[in-house]
Amino acid sequence: MLDKDAPKILEVKNLKQYFNVGRKDEVRAVDDITFNVHEGETFGLVGESGSGKTTTGRAISHLYEPTGGEIIFEGKDVSKLKTKKDEKEFRSDIQTIFQDPYASLNPRMKVKDIIAEGIDINNLAKDKADRDAQVEELLETVGLNKEHANRYPHEFSGGQRQRIGIARALAVKPKFIIADEPISALDVSIQAQVVNLLKDLQKKRKLTYLFIAHDLSMVKYISDRIGVMHYGRMLEIADADELYAHPLHDYTRSLLSAVPVPDPEFERQREIVDYDASVESDGKQRKLVEIAPNHYVRAADDEIQMYKDRLNS
Amino acid sequence: MENKENILEVRNLSINFKTYAGTVQAIRDISFDLKKGETLAIVGESGSGKSVTTRSIMGLNATNADVVDGSIEFDGQDILQLDEKELSKLRGSKIAEIFQDPMTSLDPTMKIGRQVAEPLMIHQGLSKEKAMAKALEMLKLVGITNAEERINDYPYQFSGGMRQRIVIAIALVNYPEILIADEPTTALDVTIQAKILELMKELQTKINTSIIFITHDLGVVAGMADRVAVMYAGKIVEYGTVDEIFYNPKHPYTWGLLGSMPTLDTNEDVLPSIPGTPPDLLDPPAGDAFAARNKYALKIDTIEQPPFFKVSDTHYAATWLLDDRAPKVTPPADIVKRQEHFNKTKQG
Repeated sequence: MLDKDAPKILEVKNLKQYFNVGRKDEVRAVDDITFNVHEGETFGLVGESGSGKTTTGRAISHLYEPTGGEIIFEGKDVSKLKTKKDEKEFRSDIQTIFQDPYASLNPRMKVKDIIAEGIDINNLAKDKADRDAQVEELLETVGLNKEHANRYPHEFSGGQRQRIGIARALAVKPKFIIADEPISALDVSIQAQVVNLLKDLQKKRKLTYLFIAHDLSMVKYISDRIGVMHYGRMLEIADADELYAHPLHDYTRSLLSAVPVPDPEFERQREIVDYDASVESDGKQRKLVEIAPNHYVRAADDEIQMYKDRLNS
Repeated sequence: MENKENILEVRNLSINFKTYAGTVQAIRDISFDLKKGETLAIVGESGSGKSVTTRSIMGLNATNADVVDGSIEFDGQDILQLDEKELSKLRGSKIAEIFQDPMTSLDPTMKIGRQVAEPLMIHQGLSKEKAMAKALEMLKLVGITNAEERINDYPYQFSGGMRQRIVIAIALVNYPEILIADEPTTALDVTIQAKILELMKELQTKINTSIIFITHDLGVVAGMADRVAVMYAGKIVEYGTVDEIFYNPKHPYTWGLLGSMPTLDTNEDVLPSIPGTPPDLLDPPAGDAFAARNKYALKIDTIEQPPFFKVSDTHYAATWLLDDRAPKVTPPADIVKRQEHFNKTKQG
């Protein structure tokens, strides 16, 4: 569970990530978002497609140069890493697990070479025997066995492939893992296996996760804190339980009201809350405001009282 | 519900696929009914045979599909015996289907109005003007705003949710008796999904169609289905009303499915999960195909296929645990909670 006093491992400050800057088709995929992730926690990022979740994850792993703002990982600004060594170290510290276990593994490479790619690049193995031993251990860690090392991705099911993807991410001993929809392509029964594996690994290896997903029940289950994104903006941040018990922003409320629940009685009484996004572009200045301890909402000055009342009602 | 007449009767259907690796037994002796006006949800993992089942109802199985046995009775005839010409008369008129991905099921080069009008011209022989007028009506019905102007737009000019509405308009324009919905909202965001599901329910009452709803999302099932059939490894393992399946499930696979999906109240440290992976249907195991992943499995499960045991008039499950000779087992804690909740509300 989250240690509230744990140091911040990641600080995202006023991050802006625009595409086609200055052109007619400029896209503000991420527009001035700020949040922190503490060591050892799971920070969930939810929102609909196009809300900027994935772009945020990619910006954090420094696949883009930010249009504005800073991304600070372990005290260092990732855009200002000076030496090759710093850059390499950073790339090992942050790893990504991708959504599609079919597209994210090279079909022409053996499993052991897929997993060991990071080991090779970073010279983490003394010799071939050490490399094989590390791969074996990783396979075991993710619930596969060493006989799988010499096979190709097509010989595996979706769940097993996702385990290979996780083993690859772990190979370079990362501190921070960005899991971008890691289970959406998997069957229900397999999803639970992979989520349990991720939780288990987090405990054993003291990992920090940024968990990006649109399945709100799963995000709540795995996350300590959750950020809700919409149109490139962060609308609300709170502890997972708090967010679901007391959603403050209208968009969060709308999102939660739409989550299908495996309970027919509940479903018969469901009422969907509509969200009118036009309020977001009414010209008012808004920023994240801490309405209650650790519960932030994007609000204009004259809306703060309304949110406080909402929390107490 | 129980007294409604059957509109579709599937009996002892078995379908194999010949592949280079051998014969895949995709569907192994399944039977079910679809009643007029109801929604039947078929749930199961990928490869369990959900889509093969509905594709045979549409007469759309691949050429290497081999119907080993069984019949699909609709409108007094066996769909499996129809030739391609008779099938194409059925498809899009009496039986229609909506698919998962709205972008690939629309023609990107054809204006949407024309796409909705086409089934009317083909099946009802309407003139272009009349068909377009009806298409406009249909587009309004599925909630396309400014339908008059947008009728001449192309699919790429619409969002994913709007595209799925157009697909629904095409499927329903001939007021089909059966609508097959194969994961129709899986590609959509939750808020859009909720609206599409609501629309489907509303239209179902309006045109009194029966729906076969295929999905792996039990939350969606709980909201949409009147009855549920759970499939595993090419077989139906349990079926019943939506309340019976969610509050009084009997098959350990159904327990596993329900348990592995966290609800907003789940806070156990480890999510109950089903170990292992589904069996290889090139060579399905003897007995209950779920036995290898089932911690409640009995010795007989690996020897003999369990028959359907009756739980109620509407609820049947194929598990030896329901046999009189079987030991009493306690289901997982979350299932017990579901049953308790159900018994309480039934009395209250």
